Amino acid sequence: MSTDALWYLARGSGVVSLILFTVVVALGIGTRSGRPFAGMNRLVVASVHRSAALLALVFLVIHVVTLLFDPYAQLNLVDVLLPFGSGYRPFWVGLGTLALDLALAVTITSLLRDRIGLRAWKAVHWLAYAMWPIALVHGIGSGTDRSTLWLLAIDAVCVVSVIAVAVSSHPALKATSAPAAPKTLAWRE
Amino acid sequence: MTMTAMTPAPGLKMPPEGARLFAAPDPSQATHLATYGVIPDVTPAQLLEQVRMSGLTGRGGAGFPTARKLEAVTGRAVVVANGAEGEPASRKDAELLRRAPHLVIDGIEVAARITGAQEAYAYVRAEVVPNLRQALAERRPTVKITVVAATDAFVSGQETAVVSRLNEGPALPRFSRHRIFQRGIGDRPTLVQNVETLAHLGLIARYGGVWFASTGTPDSTGTFLTTVHPVTEPLTTAPTVWEAAHGLSLRQILTPAAGRPVQELQAVLIGGYHGTWVPLPVALDAPLSTAGLEQYGAGLGAGVLIPLASTACGLELTASIVAYLARQSAQQCGPCQFGLPELAQNFTALAAGRVGRGGVDAVRQSAGLVENRGACKHPDGTTRLVRSALRVFEKDVTLHEYGRCLARIGEPYGGAR
Amino acid sequence: MTRALIVDWTACEGRGLCAGLLPEVLTQDKWGYPQNLTPGPILVPDELRGPARQAVRMCPRLALRLESE
Repeated sequence: MSTDALWYLARGSGVVSLILFTVVVALGIGTRSGRPFAGMNRLVVASVHRSAALLALVFLVIHVVTLLFDPYAQLNLVDVLLPFGSGYRPFWVGLGTLALDLALAVTITSLLRDRIGLRAWKAVHWLAYAMWPIALVHGIGSGTDRSTLWLLAIDAVCVVSVIAVAVSSHPALKATSAPAAPKTLAWRE
Repeated sequence: MTMTAMTPAPGLKMPPEGARLFAAPDPSQATHLATYGVIPDVTPAQLLEQVRMSGLTGRGGAGFPTARKLEAVTGRAVVVANGAEGEPASRKDAELLRRAPHLVIDGIEVAARITGAQEAYAYVRAEVVPNLRQALAERRPTVKITVVAATDAFVSGQETAVVSRLNEGPALPRFSRHRIFQRGIGDRPTLVQNVETLAHLGLIARYGGVWFASTGTPDSTGTFLTTVHPVTEPLTTAPTVWEAAHGLSLRQILTPAAGRPVQELQAVLIGGYHGTWVPLPVALDAPLSTAGLEQYGAGLGAGVLIPLASTACGLELTASIVAYLARQSAQQCGPCQFGLPELAQNFTALAAGRVGRGGVDAVRQSAGLVENRGACKHPDGTTRLVRSALRVFEKDVTLHEYGRCLARIGEPYGGAR
Repeated sequence: MTRALIVDWTACEGRGLCAGLLPEVLTQDKWGYPQNLTPGPILVPDELRGPARQAVRMCPRLALRLESE
């Protein structure tokens, strides 16, 4: 494979991974309220959340592995897990490493959720809210495409969708949007 | 293993015929020892064997064989004497701790010997904490006993709630994948026994299982404590606590205690707020034992008897109890949290004659929605009461559906409102 | 062999995922909590073991457990 192809693959898989993580975060926020989200029932939301997360991780692995072989990035195995040590744009690449670490932590604890218990799982799962913006900023700051319009457009769409979901499923809006959650139905008939 | 009867040690004084737990005239240790003597020095295995032969069952309400519970708890165990008595209609545990605290402490020591426990807790109503403390000060317990005042709530006496409270948590029922006898206090095997059960244990350790079973019936051995409410002002006047032998008939207990000729009673609630209504006078001669009450779908539970006069409305009384029970939901489990208020509402509507035909179906339906769906027995106990009321007051239920009431049938329009 | 599906009612919030995964066994009551279609304990027959395990795994509150697993 030529270096160019590697570079394209690395960039492309990074962007796809970010888009998928955006879907994961949006669905995660949407499902927190306990109500059906966007017309999908909870089961569908939960399944898509899970599958998209695993798929995003696959693309993330592709992204990282291709960069290991990339002559420009000069990434080594240590940089993959320890942030801010790379030779090429240490800060921006370091953010990516950090996001990878967080993504791994969130994924592993989710797979072991029934072993570690709800409380520990939840504590780690909150890191997803840090992981996603870090990954986003990493994409803006470290890539070749960093000032291209199309990447900025994708980033904007990602940010807007997550904010939209967060706002629309905020508990304060519970009374006005969608039927109330089961717990507030109470027993009055 | 062969069963060997234990012969009481020579010189050991047996309590007189009749009262066993209440044989001592005062609660002091001197009187206690003068009445019962000291516990002979026998091995834990021998003690357990005597408990097995005694047929003793738990007196907290569930009636589980005590020997089986004792066998299940092994290792670095903890013993808990449960005197929380969350059941507001019951007074027997508090009365026992007032009159015979040393017997309960004896029982804790015996249970600790059998299970190998080094540590024990006494979780009792706040009002009797001083009584127990004083008794503990009079002697040197063979096991470390920590006295803890119980939270005053209906569900606080549920085993998991007791363990949660003693683990420094809230006094609320808990769901656990482990049984308490495997993992309870501090994740150690824990034996939770009602204080009355332990007091009986203190006697069995002295006089043996055969002696214990010498009174009572074959399936319900020994004596039991019963809280009997007078009929006049049910649930407001102070009840009396009696020690009675199993097998005694309802008539024998209610005649002196109900405060009204037994012919004027239409039913009796047996077991407390989670209990069962039993019709009178048909059941007047039913023996108070497992077998005797079985045909009425009832069990002695914690020994509460609440008689109902023929001039009173059983549905109204039941409605007020169900409303109370709904308020006592710990609000932890959805079906109980939402279902019990709905059940109470439907039952109250029926009792008030506000529903018309089909009102009873609504009650049954809401009862079905809570059954088997909780971390503790609160929902199930409540529906047991409700279903027995519908069964025993069947005629009255029909009348109420038409806005009338059997208790007011003499009034104009049959008491219609 | 059937296995009982045990609900930790103190944890359950009636999110309804289990009822969606096991429609042969469970429905949701009017408050959203899982309700057995037949009275008594929630029994899962062998052929539904897979979806039952999935329900246990996916429960947002980890409120489910398959007996003897």
